[in-house]
Amino acid sequence: MVQYKSLGNRLFDGSIYALLTVLTLVCLYPIVHILFASMSNPGELVAHKGLLLAPLGFTLDGYKLIFRDNALIVGYANTLLYVGLGTAINMVMTIMGAYVLSRRELFFKKYIMIVITITMFFGGGLIPWFLLMKDIGLYNNIWAMVLPGAISTWNMIILRTGFQALPQELEEAATIDGASQARILLSVIIPLSKATLAVIFLYYLVGNWNSWFNAMVLLQDRAKFPLQLLLKEILVANDTSAATMGSAGGVVIDSAGSATAYRELVKYCTIVVSTLPILIVYPFLQKYFVKGVYVGSIKG
Amino acid sequence: MLTLRKNKKGDVLAASERPKTSLLIRKDVRKNWFPYLLAIPVLAWFIVFCYGPMWGVLIAFKDYKPLLGFEASPWVGFKHFVDFFQGPYFWRVVKNTLLLNLWGIGFGFTAPIILALLLNEIRSKMFKRTVQTITYMPHFISLVVVAGMIHIFTADEGIITQVLQWITGNEYSSLLGYSSMFRPIYVFSGIWQSIGWESIIYLAAMGSIDTSLYEAADMDGANRLQKMWHVTLPQITPTIVILFIFAVGGLMASGYEKIILLYNPLTYDTADVIASYVYRRGLREASLSYSTAVGLFSAVINFGLLWMTNSIARRKSEVSLW
Repeated sequence: MVQYKSLGNRLFDGSIYALLTVLTLVCLYPIVHILFASMSNPGELVAHKGLLLAPLGFTLDGYKLIFRDNALIVGYANTLLYVGLGTAINMVMTIMGAYVLSRRELFFKKYIMIVITITMFFGGGLIPWFLLMKDIGLYNNIWAMVLPGAISTWNMIILRTGFQALPQELEEAATIDGASQARILLSVIIPLSKATLAVIFLYYLVGNWNSWFNAMVLLQDRAKFPLQLLLKEILVANDTSAATMGSAGGVVIDSAGSATAYRELVKYCTIVVSTLPILIVYPFLQKYFVKGVYVGSIKG
Repeated sequence: MLTLRKNKKGDVLAASERPKTSLLIRKDVRKNWFPYLLAIPVLAWFIVFCYGPMWGVLIAFKDYKPLLGFEASPWVGFKHFVDFFQGPYFWRVVKNTLLLNLWGIGFGFTAPIILALLLNEIRSKMFKRTVQTITYMPHFISLVVVAGMIHIFTADEGIITQVLQWITGNEYSSLLGYSSMFRPIYVFSGIWQSIGWESIIYLAAMGSIDTSLYEAADMDGANRLQKMWHVTLPQITPTIVILFIFAVGGLMASGYEKIILLYNPLTYDTADVIASYVYRRGLREASLSYSTAVGLFSAVINFGLLWMTNSIARRKSEVSLW
């Protein structure tokens, strides 16, 4: 342990701490920049050069603007609906699949496993998938946000691993007590797998919240659009009309700010409004998210 | 019922006689009706949403017209494949897919390994946890928002554009308009998104390294850098190999979501990959059969590559996916 205090060691430690500090700041800065910019005076923001280390003049006008219009509120509500419904279906289907695959003595299990494994390596591709969605009536149907992604095979295998790790004696004891298989699933297996269930619940939740592609190719009515698709129009297609329709109604655009400046401000605010819920919740649930990777890596 | 009674007797008379499979199945289904009941909706989902599109792949060999329907559309054999191979975009999309993935392996694959090696040297729990929390964060930001942030930061007056101007001394307008900028933007933003998250798996592998190996290295007078290089790195090599198989197996595969959020006609010559080409021709320009053929071509190549890298890995290092 004498060696531990040597000059070389201290230099080594120092450079590692320095490297990681720089790296962490670089990772953090884009998020902080967006947050500060969303609260800045749009005129000053447009004129500003260099890093943004604090809001430039404080204003919440951007947030007022995006919530004045209905489009984003409807998008938010749609997202909540799709996330709620979708995650519920995800959980039910995944629990059922994982339960079946975790049974030890099932004559057809081998075949069920083959049917599922093949889909991890082969798929029909985008266009046949799209045509099928149309054929089965999911075009412009809100179920398009829920059904096609009902099961993530990866999550199902994580959960199966969790189910299989439970001591078999518990199940045997319950069977001797006269519990049916359904009873055992509901009262023994599920309550004992809360940690793994929390992991896949969070994965599905984030996935559903961030989902946009199915909406873009399958949904037609703007009234059905989730938040992420509206964000895509605002941020990527550079069309802020969804958020600021009917001009800046009520918010006084002062001499320093132009309509363009406000359009930029709206972008920052929509990013914050759509991303903050997840970024606030995530640090508290970090250990669950990370646990999923650990469980997955055992099998993968 | 007759066979059942016979077999019950048979157990006593001839123990070597095995019960018939059909009987086993009937017993199994009667006993395990509950799991089988639950398997029905799950299998139905896989059949509809995963196998359904596989059947639809046949339109790659037809001249599919939505008005005619699947049955009535004429068969054309390999026409669409030939069109693709001889078309002007074949080399462009193949080259772009390969180069984008090679950039990804060169920078994106090594970054999380380096982060994990650095984090592994940190004694302070507080510091380690802070670094992890912050570097994992971008993983949870939606792709649309990530793309939006890239658009903002690389715009005319965006912060990244400013930094680049300061470094090179050149004037730039929006960086997403330069085809030479697309790969760096795509790959480095990808590192930002995933460096923390992907380091977890390496940290997990490092956590299970036998501490006696470090003690032995101490006895030999190894310094920390030498231990990192000669103990930690070799010990996580199996994990690296597995992930490398995935990466090389995916050389010709790529997601299109992030690309279609970032590219534009100005950057097609570096940004347009097979998957984004399939998306654009198929869904934007409605060349359904043609783009299905392109997608099928890339799926076959992908599977071949995965197979190949896996067998090489198995022979060289006894680590493989199957």
